Amino acid sequence: MEENKEKTIKVYIMGKEHQVPEGLTIMKAIEYAGYKLVRGAGCRAGFCGACATVYRKANEYKLRVALACQTLAEDGMYLTEIPFVPANKAKYELEKIKPSPNIILQYYPEVARCVACNTCTKSCPQDLKVMDYIQAMKRGDIARAAELSFDCVQCGLCAARCPAEIVHYHAAQLARRLYGKYLAKPSPNLEKRIKEIEEGKYDEEIKRLKSMGLEEMKKRYMEQQKNAEKEEA
Amino acid sequence: MEMIRGYPDYMRESIEMVAKTREARAKETMRRLTLEERDEVLKNFHPDYKPDAKAEIRIGRSKGEKAPKEVVELLEAMPLIDESDVNLNQIDFDVDILIIGGGGAGTVAALWAYYSGVPIENILMCTKLRHGDANTMMAQGGIQAADRPEDSPAIHYLDVLGGGHFTNNPDLVEKLVMEAPKIIKWHEQLGVMYDKDENGNFIEISGGGTSRFRMHSAKDYTGMEIMRVLRDEFRNLGMRVLEFTSAVELLTDGNEVTGAVLFNMETKQYYVVRAKAVILATGGFGRLHIMGFPTTNHYGATGDGLVLAYRTGARLVDMDSVQYHPTGAAFPEPIVGLLITEKVRGLGAQVVNKYGKQFVFPLEPRDVEAASIIKECYSTENYVVTPTGLRGVWLDSPLIELLRGEGTVVKSLGAMYRMFHRFGIDMSQDPILTFPTLHYQNGGVAINVNAETDVKGLFACGEVAGGVHGKNRLMGNSLLDVNVFGKIAGISAAKYVKHKKSKGKLTLAHLDRYMKELKEAGIKSEKRAPMLLPDYRGKAVLSRKLDIVV
Repeated sequence: MEENKEKTIKVYIMGKEHQVPEGLTIMKAIEYAGYKLVRGAGCRAGFCGACATVYRKANEYKLRVALACQTLAEDGMYLTEIPFVPANKAKYELEKIKPSPNIILQYYPEVARCVACNTCTKSCPQDLKVMDYIQAMKRGDIARAAELSFDCVQCGLCAARCPAEIVHYHAAQLARRLYGKYLAKPSPNLEKRIKEIEEGKYDEEIKRLKSMGLEEMKKRYMEQQKNAEKEEA
Repeated sequence: MEMIRGYPDYMRESIEMVAKTREARAKETMRRLTLEERDEVLKNFHPDYKPDAKAEIRIGRSKGEKAPKEVVELLEAMPLIDESDVNLNQIDFDVDILIIGGGGAGTVAALWAYYSGVPIENILMCTKLRHGDANTMMAQGGIQAADRPEDSPAIHYLDVLGGGHFTNNPDLVEKLVMEAPKIIKWHEQLGVMYDKDENGNFIEISGGGTSRFRMHSAKDYTGMEIMRVLRDEFRNLGMRVLEFTSAVELLTDGNEVTGAVLFNMETKQYYVVRAKAVILATGGFGRLHIMGFPTTNHYGATGDGLVLAYRTGARLVDMDSVQYHPTGAAFPEPIVGLLITEKVRGLGAQVVNKYGKQFVFPLEPRDVEAASIIKECYSTENYVVTPTGLRGVWLDSPLIELLRGEGTVVKSLGAMYRMFHRFGIDMSQDPILTFPTLHYQNGGVAINVNAETDVKGLFACGEVAGGVHGKNRLMGNSLLDVNVFGKIAGISAAKYVKHKKSKGKLTLAHLDRYMKELKEAGIKSEKRAPMLLPDYRGKAVLSRKLDIVV
């Protein structure tokens, strides 16, 4: 830490110059500079997409994107967080729709406007193949769209930069829910177990465990731990 | 300092030793500790047992019990508002159910309140960040449910109880395990994409302290996948949420909870909410940085719900135990304290020291695993030290590739791989450095099997509630908890509001009572609570701060 404190870098937060210690993430640099975040910070670990950031490196013209909590601030960086993306989310009743090939286009017709420029893929801080899943949607391949979009944190940067006004991350949510509900097979074990529970198959045993003395229960617990299932080699 | 594939050159020597022992180690299984051995390592090395970790609660329903010092300070703090600040006669939202917290538990509660017949316009949710910016979103490893023929709810029950050192509320545990398969079914119907084989069978692995494979996952984005789907359903239904709006005080008629005062953190205005029932789903307290630990928790995890509920007369349970996740990132510096999911060990990664030697069974219950790692780092010389002086041990992630085939890390641990890759480390080739991190509030507001607190009109679910996990939670039981008890809270609150004909008076009478108690105990605090958000601004800036309204 001491070492870091000695060395500082210059960053431009929304155009204003600040000196911050080297080695901080963009989010921590913003905070160090004196901003108490209300928007723009969520999970702080790369899962919620609240800290979508646009930045430019020193001596570059290119605008880059990142999650502020997962990216180091660099000397000479110009940056701003994007507090909100006003993208449209379609409403649907999942129960009432079918995973037909054109279903996503029905709710998000703008998907058809994709000009294959690949800006979305380049704008994804998760490095997803965004354009490829949009193409999969156009082909009606819901499974492929679901799979390719799975790691999406819904930060909205793709939609913010798309010249065809596609709302990739919301369309992908629909694809994944359709896949999970209709295309993946339901678990056969689950049905059986729920029926057993409803028929009271485990009531007696749980009741017995609940009335067991502490020592006996401990003994039984350790036996259970000892006989734990093991991975087959 | 020269860096080689993400690590400073001096760490490479140890990394080589880990690689060298890998193949032989792959066949080696560490013995699980006995209950006595578990107790011993906990007593000597778990942060909970440090003499200065806890303080006694001096007021309120749980007077005399112990809690982390940081929590007691909040319980003894002054309120953010008093009667003169707010006009309680002017009601901004008049609803049946107010849900405080927009994470997993709150969203599930909202959906089930609606399924149970409460009209959408009579349900209101508020959350201090955005809807879904919560620990649920960050849960990676999985969700437990005993649904395989080799498993049963009774086996699950005993695993939960043993993991919690037999301190859990047995009735709550029974609910947890019996509801579990139904929750997974509900998720299937909502379209959650769990990892399955081609026949629809879940791919299930083990977690710390579980004696059967019952961890259902969605890669290592399990919580994110569940939270995304729940939120999407909430939005499809057109349910109402106030974002960046936190609760600063509950309202009561003197005894029963009748509403809350909310605070719009952006415009700084307050809202008065009148509700027949309030569901507390505010999550945990990681951002209090108990004992100075870094945390895996989201930005808003400041224990607000504990403070709000306690002032109305609710009881707290098991607040003396805090969960440190065994494997937080210890390197590189920008991600120190962030979660390395237990699924890494579930898939076969071993915990090894500087010399590439195992020293603990990788899947002990979390408190035991964490204490064992602290022991290795602070009672032996077998730890690795980072450039900033932190100590850690290796999590041998490349072993997963050896056991389960090349490409498993990228495929099953995409989030983890991505996190380290962003800083130049390839965890499928090199091990990752780890040390325990503050993860979970084991205890909380006491509830019964209907998610009711001791205060009428106040329900609680998820991490803010206590009793389900006793003094130690097992992996995969918190995603389950938020779903099971979120559902129960939604259903119970719906039933409650149906029978409650009139809405109550809105007062801060409970605060007067609380302030009186503080005064009588001779407690004078400079602090104010709830905290709402931690303050990470630089000291240089804060030392020059002026309070000028602009």
